[in-house]
Amino acid sequence: MKHLLKAAAAGLVGVVAMAGAAIADPVKIGFVYLTNPGDHGWTYAHEVGRLDVEKHFGSKVETTYVENVPEGPDSTRVIRELARQGNKMIFTTSFGYMDPTLKVAKEFPDVKFVHLTGYKRSGNMSTGNIRFYEGRYVQGVVAGMMTKSNKVGYLASFPIPEVIQGINAFALGMRSVNPDATVSVIWVNSWYDPVKESDAAKVHIAEGADILAQHTDSPAMLQTAEKAGVYGFGQSSDMKAFAPKAQLFSSVNNWSPYYIAQIEAMLDGSWTTGEGPDHWPGNTWLGLSDDYLVLTPFENMPANVAAAAKAAADKVSGGYNIFSGPFKDNAGNVILSDGESYHDGNLWNDMNYYVEGVIGKIPG
Amino acid sequence: MITLSPRKTIPLQLTLLTPVVAIALTLVIGAIIFATLGYHPGEALYQFFVAPISRPDQVADLFVKACPLIIIASGLVFAYRANVWNIGAEGQMILGAMFGGWVALTFPDLSGWVMMPAMIAMGMLGGFLWAMIPAILKTRFNTNEILVSLMLTYVAALLIDWTVRGPWRDPMSFGFPLSPMYADAALITRVYLPGFGHLGGLHWGVIGALVIAVAAWFVLARTLTGFQVKVMGDAPRAGRFAGFNPSLVTIMVLGISGAAAGLAGMVEVSANMGQLQPEISFGYGFTAIIVAFLARLNPLAVIGAGLIVALAELGGDSAQIALGMPKVVTGVFKGILLFMLLAGETFNRFHVRLKMPVTAVREVSDA
Amino acid sequence: MLEQLLLTVLMTSVPLIFAATGELVAERSGVLNLGVEGMMLMGAVAAFATAFGTGNLWLAIIVGGLAGALTGGVFALFALGFATNQVATGLALTIFGTGLSGLVGAPLVGHAIDGLPQITIPVLSNLPFVGALLFSLDPMAYLAVALLAGVAWFLKRTRGGLVLRAVGDNHDSAHALGYSVLRVRLLAVLFGGMMAGLGGAYLPLMLTPHWAEGMTAGRGWIALALVVFASWLPWRVLVGALIFGGITIMQLAGQARGWTVPSQFLSMLPYLATIAVLVVISRNREFSLANFPSCLGRVFHAGK
Repeated sequence: MKHLLKAAAAGLVGVVAMAGAAIADPVKIGFVYLTNPGDHGWTYAHEVGRLDVEKHFGSKVETTYVENVPEGPDSTRVIRELARQGNKMIFTTSFGYMDPTLKVAKEFPDVKFVHLTGYKRSGNMSTGNIRFYEGRYVQGVVAGMMTKSNKVGYLASFPIPEVIQGINAFALGMRSVNPDATVSVIWVNSWYDPVKESDAAKVHIAEGADILAQHTDSPAMLQTAEKAGVYGFGQSSDMKAFAPKAQLFSSVNNWSPYYIAQIEAMLDGSWTTGEGPDHWPGNTWLGLSDDYLVLTPFENMPANVAAAAKAAADKVSGGYNIFSGPFKDNAGNVILSDGESYHDGNLWNDMNYYVEGVIGKIPG
Repeated sequence: MITLSPRKTIPLQLTLLTPVVAIALTLVIGAIIFATLGYHPGEALYQFFVAPISRPDQVADLFVKACPLIIIASGLVFAYRANVWNIGAEGQMILGAMFGGWVALTFPDLSGWVMMPAMIAMGMLGGFLWAMIPAILKTRFNTNEILVSLMLTYVAALLIDWTVRGPWRDPMSFGFPLSPMYADAALITRVYLPGFGHLGGLHWGVIGALVIAVAAWFVLARTLTGFQVKVMGDAPRAGRFAGFNPSLVTIMVLGISGAAAGLAGMVEVSANMGQLQPEISFGYGFTAIIVAFLARLNPLAVIGAGLIVALAELGGDSAQIALGMPKVVTGVFKGILLFMLLAGETFNRFHVRLKMPVTAVREVSDA
Repeated sequence: MLEQLLLTVLMTSVPLIFAATGELVAERSGVLNLGVEGMMLMGAVAAFATAFGTGNLWLAIIVGGLAGALTGGVFALFALGFATNQVATGLALTIFGTGLSGLVGAPLVGHAIDGLPQITIPVLSNLPFVGALLFSLDPMAYLAVALLAGVAWFLKRTRGGLVLRAVGDNHDSAHALGYSVLRVRLLAVLFGGMMAGLGGAYLPLMLTPHWAEGMTAGRGWIALALVVFASWLPWRVLVGALIFGGITIMQLAGQARGWTVPSQFLSMLPYLATIAVLVVISRNREFSLANFPSCLGRVFHAGK
């Protein structure tokens, strides 16, 4: 009998709570981070987004985050726990969380899941991504004009499509202004490893590179560049504080508009991922044109280079398709002829080569 | 100065009390460290050890987390009892997962009756072979098995990374480093009891782990093989006189522990991931070493020890969500626990006294 | 260019030189301390925190060494004081040190400090090639080599070194002769801890001015292997450290030049090389046993 009363009381409280939630209770929103916000890189950018969400929605939302969540079964547990704790929308901020998110999304049909940089969607799981490669095209233009040795050193993390897109976009931009320059790639096999990134940067410099670019998350590369008197590009966040003389500019990931748009859609009931099996409307992939990618001010470069960079950025914002012909891969095969161009699907499925100007082969 | 004098017999109460005291001391020291770093100690301990199992479905999570630890530790017990220090379980796990995965990916159409046993056998083979490297190097060249098995964990991690990014990468995965998903026959399913339904995330691998622990206990306690292992560890010279071959024992215990680790790797992938990824182990191989010691190298106790350590792991997540503590704090607990257990061993075997230092040089008497 | 590559190799070797020299001393006294990785990380986080908090790099070096020594002291308490199993105790130390350093360092992630300055020696620094390589390094690199030389001299030519070696070779006889085995070992372990702490400190102070969890990435284990590679002789530690530093950097340079060997296999090289070297050393029993401390890892019980 006591149990029955308890259950009834709980039920009553639950009903009242739900009614209250419909009126005033803050909506709980969860974030799952791969590293911690102190990385001043990838996760930091997400944290900035989360803080913007709090600022924008005020007391209407209550956010939580879990950091240093390894990809794999542990993340399934963490996502599930966030769902159980009452979060109504959960952002999972790394590719490796894709299948775990899908799994948990099946178990909690009333919770909305937003997975970043992946490709699977479902009825309650959408995908968001940034066209990081657009920033790299502009980086390539600047690198091509600034390099005196015609050698650029690239620090790459893992050979996944996003990284390959970045390398190729960079090379295309670079060759568009300097057909003699080359890009050399070192795979660090980690997203965040300051020691290894520093070593790789030193090796690039020793091999003659005078411009460095990275698709890894720590400022170590730029600091090494600063010490050695060469230049480089920051990644994910503005790294000028770490390398005031070396940073040419940084591609900053701006997740705030995406987060805010998703939460607003949830609050006013218009959130949708479309119809299966593809759930295409559940996919957002924007870049410079919508301020998802923001380039920090161009510094440490002569005015004509800054002007060229701005022109390139404007061109891309205005709709220029970076991956349009003609170009070849670095073995000489023609990939796209004049007039042809890639659509989004090609960028994920077909880019298993380096374009002309990049040295070596993609590992694996 | 701490002086130790051997006890003649080890009182039973002491043997049982030691792990309890060790755990208690770990909590106390942990609480002190938390307080020093600005966290509320009571809250932290609650999040660590109570919150993770405060709901019934979370208990299933506990067993699922403990599953690989129990399997690996059951095997490690054989090696450590024989004084063979297999530190490479992490790498052996990876090789087991790869070998098992090879079956699943190369023969996706096998029926369940063939697929699962084949994967189990191959998983064990993978771990076994990887452990044979330090085994053979030790028996033939007297190379230290600690360093070899450890270096091989790094090699194994790089090997699976290359394999999943290269030859075994799913052509449908848009270039992401994932193997194709395993066929249903290759997955370890959740336990379903008619009348009870699914028990949370509990899967058959957990049942297997419990069976393995019991079997390991039986072999160690009641068979000649087990006797050989124990003798070679405790009294190697006596063992040699009795005709036991030390090289054979070394190979055998490394083989057993390697096979167990390999099996754990295959189970983890089949039960929790359903496909190969660049990272399939999250330190289980090293954590299992602590489990083995917490269990005082007794396979039956490995079950309990595995659950306790798994609790601390889950607690790390919980403490993070609730208190913002960094994930690595579990390492602090695990390290302290191991220290306390090792010291506890000493208390078991010796009378421990604090004395004024006695100079070893005998004073020359005046007479 | 080659000069810059070699310079990077030299700098990469410094943490290994520190840590391996320290462990060598501990092992010569008969103690196998597997906790090098943990001690290095504690040294790294302590040095970084000090540099970040006070801006005083010299203080940071000292604190790094102290932190390493203290961590080594924890090992000594259990392995020497309570006569616990040295292998397990060392492992516990690694796990504990890795965890504690991560815990302490968590609020420091992402911040940067200024690195150590490089020294210039008049005339010598300006020598072509050799000038940059040998005479313009940072203070800690010179300290590492100086300490290594000191250890070599100590072991071979001083009475203290003789006692230490005696304790490592036959602790029962040493005890009978009146030497305090535990005290000698305690000092050796503390020294080893200090050196590991200094080696760890070099990473954030010089190699990359950041703190990251687990930033030693296995260097502690490689240092352990180096001691065996060097057959417990100090000058061979220097050679070994340079070789391993060289392999680490070479795999990066290989990638930059477009070598088509997959990066994972190149990354495996240091570890495979360690194994190969271990096998070669252990095969030649005379070679390796000449300086092998016979009581390595064995627990000492007075009055047995």
